[in-house]
Amino acid sequence: MSALLSVRGLRVRFGDAEVVSDVSFDVAAGECVGIVGESGSGKSVTARALLGLAGRQASVTADELRFDETQILDASAARLRSLRGREIGYVSQGALVALDPLRPVGREISDSLRLHTSSTPAQRRARVLELLADVGVPDPELRAGQRPDELSGGLRQRAVIASAIALGPRLIIADEPTTALDSTVQAGILDLLERLRSEGAALVLISHDLAVVSRLASRVLVMHEGRIVESGPSASVLAEPQHPYTRRLIAAVPTDRPRGTRLGPTPAVPAPAPSPAPAPATPAPATSLNGNSGVTPVAGRDSAHARRAEARTPEFPSTPVVVAAGLSRSFGARLAVDDVSFTLQRGRTLGIVGESGSGKTTVARLVLALDRPDSGDVRLLGKPWSTATERERRPLRPRVGAIYQDALSSFDPRKTVGQIVADALTHGRSQRAGVEVADLLRRVGLDERVMNRRPARLSGGQQQRVAIARAIAPAPDLIVCDEPVSSLDVSVQAQVLDLLDELQRDLGLSYLFITHDLGVVRHVSDEVLVMRAGRVVERGATEQVFGAPQHEYTRALFASAPRIGGDLDLWPVPSVGS
Amino acid sequence: METAALVVVAFLALAALAPSVLAPGDPLAIAPLDSFQPPSLAHVFGTDESGRDIYTRVIHGTGASLLIGIAATAIGLGLALVFGLLAGFGPRWLDFGTTRFLEVLFAFPGLLFALLFIVVYGPGVVTSTIAVGLSTAPGYARIIRSRVIQVRTSPYLEAALVLGRGRPSRIVRHVLPNVAGSLFVLATLGIGQSIVWASSLSYLGLGAVPPAAEWGAMLSAGRTYIASFWWMTFFPGLFIVLSAAATTLLGRGIQQRGRES
Repeated sequence: MSALLSVRGLRVRFGDAEVVSDVSFDVAAGECVGIVGESGSGKSVTARALLGLAGRQASVTADELRFDETQILDASAARLRSLRGREIGYVSQGALVALDPLRPVGREISDSLRLHTSSTPAQRRARVLELLADVGVPDPELRAGQRPDELSGGLRQRAVIASAIALGPRLIIADEPTTALDSTVQAGILDLLERLRSEGAALVLISHDLAVVSRLASRVLVMHEGRIVESGPSASVLAEPQHPYTRRLIAAVPTDRPRGTRLGPTPAVPAPAPSPAPAPATPAPATSLNGNSGVTPVAGRDSAHARRAEARTPEFPSTPVVVAAGLSRSFGARLAVDDVSFTLQRGRTLGIVGESGSGKTTVARLVLALDRPDSGDVRLLGKPWSTATERERRPLRPRVGAIYQDALSSFDPRKTVGQIVADALTHGRSQRAGVEVADLLRRVGLDERVMNRRPARLSGGQQQRVAIARAIAPAPDLIVCDEPVSSLDVSVQAQVLDLLDELQRDLGLSYLFITHDLGVVRHVSDEVLVMRAGRVVERGATEQVFGAPQHEYTRALFASAPRIGGDLDLWPVPSVGS
Repeated sequence: METAALVVVAFLALAALAPSVLAPGDPLAIAPLDSFQPPSLAHVFGTDESGRDIYTRVIHGTGASLLIGIAATAIGLGLALVFGLLAGFGPRWLDFGTTRFLEVLFAFPGLLFALLFIVVYGPGVVTSTIAVGLSTAPGYARIIRSRVIQVRTSPYLEAALVLGRGRPSRIVRHVLPNVAGSLFVLATLGIGQSIVWASSLSYLGLGAVPPAAEWGAMLSAGRTYIASFWWMTFFPGLFIVLSAAATTLLGRGIQQRGRES
């Protein structure tokens, strides 16, 4: 059987920059081809070029770009439009922006029927309801009349898929269809796409998530800097990656890495050396790591840390860093957090895992005392915390740091990286601040020259490093991490997780680590809490919970998490769920 | 465009600070024999009914007009800052009260409000400046209030709280600088508007009074002769338009640049 979609030597350039170089692949009917790569690798541009949507500034050339009988590059605008509606369905990234916020989703879906078929409104309405039911939207009659903001992320994504498949396209191009969705929701969407494929549609699935792609695609293309660096059957690419980039990508997935192992390659300079061996560029802070070198005039934060650690060890012999007892918090009628208790010991990591709306972020806010519990209390370092006034809390504030998912919005937009980190130093803008800021930046693996830049000009990974530098600046005991790596590419995520791990060992930090990503939580946590609808449904040592989940919900959650390939099964699949 | 605006503003600034450099004559010197001269080499903008040189008067009037514009904007922004910060930082009842009060002020057309003020305190340069400032304040106050609230509830302010910064320090270090950034743009945009308003008041005879060299007053004096001696109104009018356009363009330019960085 000849290929339905055939791509030979596809190139896309924007001005002088070639973002897609010499990409070739075929997709047959009933086949799923996955394109994997990190942001900026050119995978989305490739998808848009296939649809003739690369944009005005893009120049697209190819030796061949054929869909069925049509040469896409030569096709007229009208032909392309009919192709896009009828024969190729496109599921775009970010369902919220793909849907018109002011129109009911049913209308949106019926658009393609109205434009490409001759049908009566009644027929269209019936078809829309059928489609919505088909993609697994419960209660389609009600949902068809609702606007996107009334639907959950999963339902929105289903609506987008419904409009993409309304005319029974022979090819579906899905660009990150499940990114930003919870894992149980993600599993449902992937099942839906798999069903469409088994019914004969060809599928091009684009994702940064190897696990997602490996679940559906029979063949994978790995893209890096606009080129396909490796391609082949999914199983063999994942089991025996040939290209170093693919290997790095697979190694960076945290799921199968036990606690304490590095995810990324050993960082090159200027990343900090974890050992006290002085790197030539950073003699002062490296030696001061050894503890009592307070005499050094330019003592780094590390020595301040060491001194503090020594000083306070007798002070709190075995006081837990955080003790939360019976926390509850409701917003209106909704109970966001319901009777949550936990204890976090020094130097340990407590992972809180759950889907959106499970109350995990509210717990983080309660621990940070940004919100007051309705009942229950939080004690920090043995002292009252949630019941104290803000004035009483202030002296303890520097002992708690926070890093957020969106690092950029947590920085004052008027300040440079150097000012942001200096602001966090307890002694403000003293003479030493400049030196210490440089030390801190090196400590988190940033070149100290970023000091004068604005964070908006840095990459996502660098921004998160700045956030970490700010968090460790006042020498805290605890850092609350709220989805700190969720919006990062997998290899950058690996670097950030490695950094956090290293800092924990060197500085004796405790982490409260909140995430929806099971792989991440397993990699970082000593203990884990599984939350659902505000309640802790399961808790225990990480390996114990992951090895033998007791609660039904935990098992369903684990079953829904996409895993890489059969050979690399990471935890026993419980016989529940999908 | 921006360069042109910059040149105009520089020229106006020079005219305001050192009018004698550009026009050495006396703006109030009358020469009855030379009345109603059309623009010529001797009098580039022509002369008025008393033979005063219009070019000299326009240049010497720049200082007064710009000063009124800038002072009025400063008064407006200053008042707005007080209201905006009260509403943005204060307890909920204060925000509610301030916002309702501003809404009542909004119900009056700005110029009407200014007229009301002048009726009570009498015409003159100072009162008209204050009047213009007062009538622009509610608009600014509303913008400042929403900006304060936006910054106050931003994740970076929360981050400052987590770091243990007290309320005064959060306000001084984060809120005020971020609000001031947008304020500067508002000010440049507002000066042009204030100049036009102040001139309007002078034109109505409620601001600067003839024979003072002020653009609005000159317009007012020239209106009697507009059919026969167009230059008496045209040149002061041209300067009003130029100065308003130039400052506004400059404000937009700054705004744009702020957005890009």
